[in-house]
Amino acid sequence: MTLTLGLSALFLAFLCAIYATVAALIAGPRQATAWIESARNAAMLTWPLITLSAISIIVMLVQGQYEVEYVTHVSSRAMPWYLKVTALWGGQAGSLLFWSWLMSAFTSAAMFRRWDRDRSMMPYVIAATMITLGFFLSLSLFVENPFQRLWQNEITGEIGPALFQPANSTLFTPQDGSGLNPLLRHPGMIIHPPMLYLGFVSFIIPYAFAIAALVTGRTDDEWIRTTRRWTLVAWLFLSLGLILGGRWAYDVLGWGGYWGWDPVENAALLPWLTGTAFLHSVIIQEKRGMLKVWNMILIISTYSLVIMGTFLTRSGVLSSVHAFAQSAIGPLFFGFIGITLVTSMGLLFRRWDALKGETQLDSLLSREAAFLLNNLLFLGVAFATLWGTLFPIISELVTGQKITVGPPFYNQVNGPLLAAIVLLMGIAPLVAWRKASARSLGRLMWIPAALTGVALIAFYLLGARSPLALAAYGIAAFVGLTTLSEFARGTRARMRLGENPLAALANLTARNRRRYGGYTIHLGVVVMAFGVIGSNFFQMETQATLNRGETLTLGGFTMRFDSVTQFPTDDRREVTRATISVYDADGAQVGVLHPRRDFFLDSGQPMTIPGVRSTLGEDFYVLLVDWQPISSNSATFKIYVNPLINLVWLGGIIFILGTLVAAWPDADEEKRYVAAPASLATRSAGAD
Amino acid sequence: MTEKQLSADRETLFAPQLNCGAAGGSCTAARTFVIATTNYNLDLLRLAVAFLLLTVYCLLVTIPALAQDDGPTDDEVNAVAKQLYCPVCENTPLDVCPTQACAQWRATIREKLEAGWTEQQIKDYFVEQYGERVLAQPSTRGLNILVWILPPLVFLVGALFLARYLRAVSARRPAPAKAATSEPAEDDLAAQLEKELAKRR
Repeated sequence: MTLTLGLSALFLAFLCAIYATVAALIAGPRQATAWIESARNAAMLTWPLITLSAISIIVMLVQGQYEVEYVTHVSSRAMPWYLKVTALWGGQAGSLLFWSWLMSAFTSAAMFRRWDRDRSMMPYVIAATMITLGFFLSLSLFVENPFQRLWQNEITGEIGPALFQPANSTLFTPQDGSGLNPLLRHPGMIIHPPMLYLGFVSFIIPYAFAIAALVTGRTDDEWIRTTRRWTLVAWLFLSLGLILGGRWAYDVLGWGGYWGWDPVENAALLPWLTGTAFLHSVIIQEKRGMLKVWNMILIISTYSLVIMGTFLTRSGVLSSVHAFAQSAIGPLFFGFIGITLVTSMGLLFRRWDALKGETQLDSLLSREAAFLLNNLLFLGVAFATLWGTLFPIISELVTGQKITVGPPFYNQVNGPLLAAIVLLMGIAPLVAWRKASARSLGRLMWIPAALTGVALIAFYLLGARSPLALAAYGIAAFVGLTTLSEFARGTRARMRLGENPLAALANLTARNRRRYGGYTIHLGVVVMAFGVIGSNFFQMETQATLNRGETLTLGGFTMRFDSVTQFPTDDRREVTRATISVYDADGAQVGVLHPRRDFFLDSGQPMTIPGVRSTLGEDFYVLLVDWQPISSNSATFKIYVNPLINLVWLGGIIFILGTLVAAWPDADEEKRYVAAPASLATRSAGAD
Repeated sequence: MTEKQLSADRETLFAPQLNCGAAGGSCTAARTFVIATTNYNLDLLRLAVAFLLLTVYCLLVTIPALAQDDGPTDDEVNAVAKQLYCPVCENTPLDVCPTQACAQWRATIREKLEAGWTEQQIKDYFVEQYGERVLAQPSTRGLNILVWILPPLVFLVGALFLARYLRAVSARRPAPAKAATSEPAEDDLAAQLEKELAKRR
């Protein structure tokens, strides 16, 4: 019953997406209002339908209907109910459906809110989003259907999944499922995929509006204004997803770090990089009417990278090209990326002349030029990351030799570019629009520069000796100081109105939220940069086998191995848990840690959970590497001291807060928007 | 049986020995290995047998026991292992892989260090045994040179394009009269603030 309902709803949603696409494309050029309304209704109907479908999967997961292949695959009786619910995105078929669900939620919302404002563009927005949704729904229906049940052939006894009852077979219901991948049973991993997906799907909205602008020839910056908040929301979720992913890796992967330039991580980072470039370069278009073609290219690339990120992580192509060839999903994705990319670029070329810039550059030393440099650097990082991620696949195809492109490559190639981005982040906001003078720039920068000199001496005295680390710290400090000086300058100006400093700062931010939200994000990046530099350049590690009562010292801390115990748990884990005491340099006990190793009996998978003593200064991070199973007299520990690592998370929080400040709905702006219809709106000077 | 089931069965056969689960998901690792075996079967089958034997050996001799004698320290072993990637797991450095198989590979590094091998010799040995994928970063030989060359090249080309674009758009309107007469445009926000201030005074 539940299954039939969910499957029918899924199929109906697919039909709606197809109908909406066709109706919108036919009605669009003729501006046939009734048909466009109908297309819109069909598009908005996909959301309740997919919701029904998703709910029915959740019901089957919670009820434990193990005859459904997906339920057997990702859940088991021993799992708590909340894990059963989140198992919706714990496997391939479910996560694709979940993707479609989020996407249809966002597109419905966009159509609901923006309807009256952008009537001429709407048909093409509907078409672009519904083609994408239809593609994902077709994957869920025809390739990775979460509603397939297990059937046993009465003659051969063979068990296999099928949507409908094959001839001579009966339904097969296993006693229990195999359970969710243990690595995914972590709070970070429960929230992280939805955040990433939300980021991914919301980038489709600005893309759809860009395509609509290209088709209708409305190549002013209307589409950018309309989708500015969507872009920020997309970016917010993607950033949040990346940060949570890093935290998850730090907590459960047990290698003492948070970012490994793993292909799956890169797949999520790539649209973030082009999206960040886009966020910055649209500001030039809004203010100066430049770079219209370029912004189109950026949003089209971001969309393609979103689809490619899903493709890379979902098709298995990363583990082997053979896996890619074996699943039907890979070639389909490949085709879809190709078709959408070629179509989008074709539309862009058709409008190339209409997209010529309105104004010209006055000076090479100007905010415009700085933004362009920002774009170059972000795309440089994006290209290197894309190339490093795809190269193993290319190598395997060409030579048959599989290779690894690991962190050393990215550190060498992206490291300098990222440092340049951070440095530019400190200088660019001080550079005036149109034309800046070196003198005024010097006037704004000398205090931060002098303070940076003082900070560098302090870093040196505190023990940072490596020239590279000092240079990196210097850049971060300088950027932090110039950003703070921008806040100070604005606050001082307002204080002359008689406001107290706090009110001045609050009003300043409130009245220019995009600008000061942006600066807050920059501050977040600086704080994160300190964490990244500290934990990369000054990480210490050691490993040793200790007998009970023996100690191991690293970076001013001493740990003593007290005991190790082994016990099974209800959810079929065999847990080995060590108890260690940690002492600081003065010999005072600062904590008791329990690093452990969980062995998941059903999947035969081990998982290393670190014991961590966390302070703002550093983390003392202990891993249980090995132990003597019987006597449990000795055990091997690996310990890391990760200086400043918590600044990465703290910076992440500041970063997200800044994004919220910039993205939060603005009542004044909404009013202005309604008061001045889109067709009459001229390029406003902008309050930011 | 279908191909899928067949490989699934092989997977369960190999799975207990091939549990490499840290970063990439264990099943994929095992599956890759199985697929690899079916494709290049002879060499890899031999490898698989050797691997099984190693694992059995590994179960008999635990690492803590090995660490008791005065051989190389764990840190010395890890220093080498850090530069290598687990030959079967997805994207997992050998020094942090929690599986028995990787523990065994670390034991191999220890043996080689005891025998006086240099770091480079050990890395070469692993490459010879398991292919280039065990290296954390690709070599600069053959096709691999492309992975290193292309990103800086593309960046430089991009920089050239940007420079040309900037020259082109700033040359199109030579010496605007406005810029000559007025002050260099001040920061717009500061200007706006001053304006507001003036209004209220």
